[in-house]
Amino acid sequence: MKKTGKSMSRLFSQRVPYLFLSPALALLFIFFVLPVGAAFLMSFTDFDLYTLGDFGSLRWVGFNNYLALFQNALFWQALQNTAYFVLLAVPLSIAASLGMALALDAKAVRLKPLFRLGFFAPVVTTLVAVAVVWRYLYHPSYGLFNWLLSFVGIAPVDWLGNPVWAMPALVLLAVWKNFGYNMMIFLAGLQGVSQDLRDAARIDGAGPWQEFLNITIPQLAPTTTFVALTTVIGYCQFFAEPYVMTNGGPLNQTMSVVLLMYREGFRFWKMGYAAALAFVLFALILGISLSFMQVRREKAAI
Amino acid sequence: MIASSQPKALSRGRTRRFVAGLLFNAFLLVVLCLVMAPFVWMISASFLPDGGATKIPPVFIPLHPTLDQYHRLFAGMNFGRSFLNSFIVASAVTVSSLLVNSLAAFAFAKYRFTGRKRLFGWLLSLMVIPGQVTMFPVFLLLNRLHLINNYWGLIIPGMASVFGIFLFRQFMEDIPDELIEAARLDGCGDFGIFARIVLPLCTPILVTIALFTFLGTWNDFMWPLILMSNNDMYTLPVTLANLIGEHQADTELMMAGAVLTTLPVMVLFLFLQKYYIRGIMAGGVKG
Repeated sequence: MKKTGKSMSRLFSQRVPYLFLSPALALLFIFFVLPVGAAFLMSFTDFDLYTLGDFGSLRWVGFNNYLALFQNALFWQALQNTAYFVLLAVPLSIAASLGMALALDAKAVRLKPLFRLGFFAPVVTTLVAVAVVWRYLYHPSYGLFNWLLSFVGIAPVDWLGNPVWAMPALVLLAVWKNFGYNMMIFLAGLQGVSQDLRDAARIDGAGPWQEFLNITIPQLAPTTTFVALTTVIGYCQFFAEPYVMTNGGPLNQTMSVVLLMYREGFRFWKMGYAAALAFVLFALILGISLSFMQVRREKAAI
Repeated sequence: MIASSQPKALSRGRTRRFVAGLLFNAFLLVVLCLVMAPFVWMISASFLPDGGATKIPPVFIPLHPTLDQYHRLFAGMNFGRSFLNSFIVASAVTVSSLLVNSLAAFAFAKYRFTGRKRLFGWLLSLMVIPGQVTMFPVFLLLNRLHLINNYWGLIIPGMASVFGIFLFRQFMEDIPDELIEAARLDGCGDFGIFARIVLPLCTPILVTIALFTFLGTWNDFMWPLILMSNNDMYTLPVTLANLIGEHQADTELMMAGAVLTTLPVMVLFLFLQKYYIRGIMAGGVKG
């Protein structure tokens, strides 16, 4: 009798895990996997405002959306802006994160928890709220930036209204908002740097700079790769900053890929076209992820 | 001679190091002040009367603070309703996603079933797909289900999360199998083991994931912006972003709106920061 009970329970437990998985899997399938496939198909159709009213008018257009996209100057502008934002913001963010992590790791620093908390605070804020605040900080006549710069004799700049400065202004906000997150990861990574190696380097006569270049940096390499990849992926999708602060302007200089996608898809309801744009973004992110993995594999092979 | 000069040199080195340390701390303090300045100005400006925040030099401590701006937000700008919407959606997503994801993670961590590894690998590979890709079909689906301008439209798609399952599974794998076996021998059913043994043991990671989910949903902008077209259904970030169109010149009013939007999550973080930091580390480990 005991034996039967056991085999019963084993039979039962083959079904139980699927039961426990089913809510999550069903939700992921309906609201993620299926939509990815549907969006891919959509990107080959002329789905627009008329289709929303009458699904019968939907037509297959092949690669037309992609071709139209590649012939659209605004698409290239958005792609270029996004690349500019990523190439400027990622190195600056990582440098700020690593710099502050190294600073807070120094023995001489007092009140470490206070500094850590303060530098981390921007991370947990609502992006839209701080973007609104920064919009006023950049105000040409009474913004904090121009006030501070007036002390060093710099004339007022219309940061968000100037095509040259608008994007760097958004980059500075992004660095301020995000550096605390990776700072925490670097701080944890620094705990893992072998003290023996540091001591050995010091005995060999290495100065602090040499120790940093030859011990700390290589030991932090896996952390840095991870941080760089997640930051690149996140920044490729920037949207709220230009939406709130510049609305893509001036002269489309802050139009990002996702902002363009939002406009085409949800303002002009050209969903087929916007879906094609979403897949270009996906391909971009996938390509970057794969190349990061490739670099890491090559490094690991050495 | 040598003996007497040595302490002197030593103390000189010590003085130099002390001064360098002091300067370094002073430098960090300046950086901290700069990082904090936007918050200080935001809070200060929100307590100023109209026109108070557009003066040079800027006011960092209001001499005659007023609640006028907050009063205007609640009385005429629907902020009370938006606050409630944000709270309802963030709480509902948090509670439901904890249940859905922990249950799935339990199956992955503690059962041996056909296709377990392959299924988990597939789920992880979903993480490279950016969320924007799914927005159009999900919008159309929710439109069909009449869930536009509805809390459920924000809640249901946010319930299952691969990252949540991943974090829960990592934690649950460390729970000893003996505990589960013992509970089974005592006659505890599968769901009983999950609810009464495994979930209580997961409290630390539960709090971490709850905090991440709540903050993430509260701060989310794009999806509520797309899904909610009726002011009564806006969440705080959407209301705030819309306000700037009409009230761009009302600096003080906008700052009060920013305070109301971001302060709740900052306070929540302040109380639970230990759990938040743990979440960053758990996420960082996978790299």
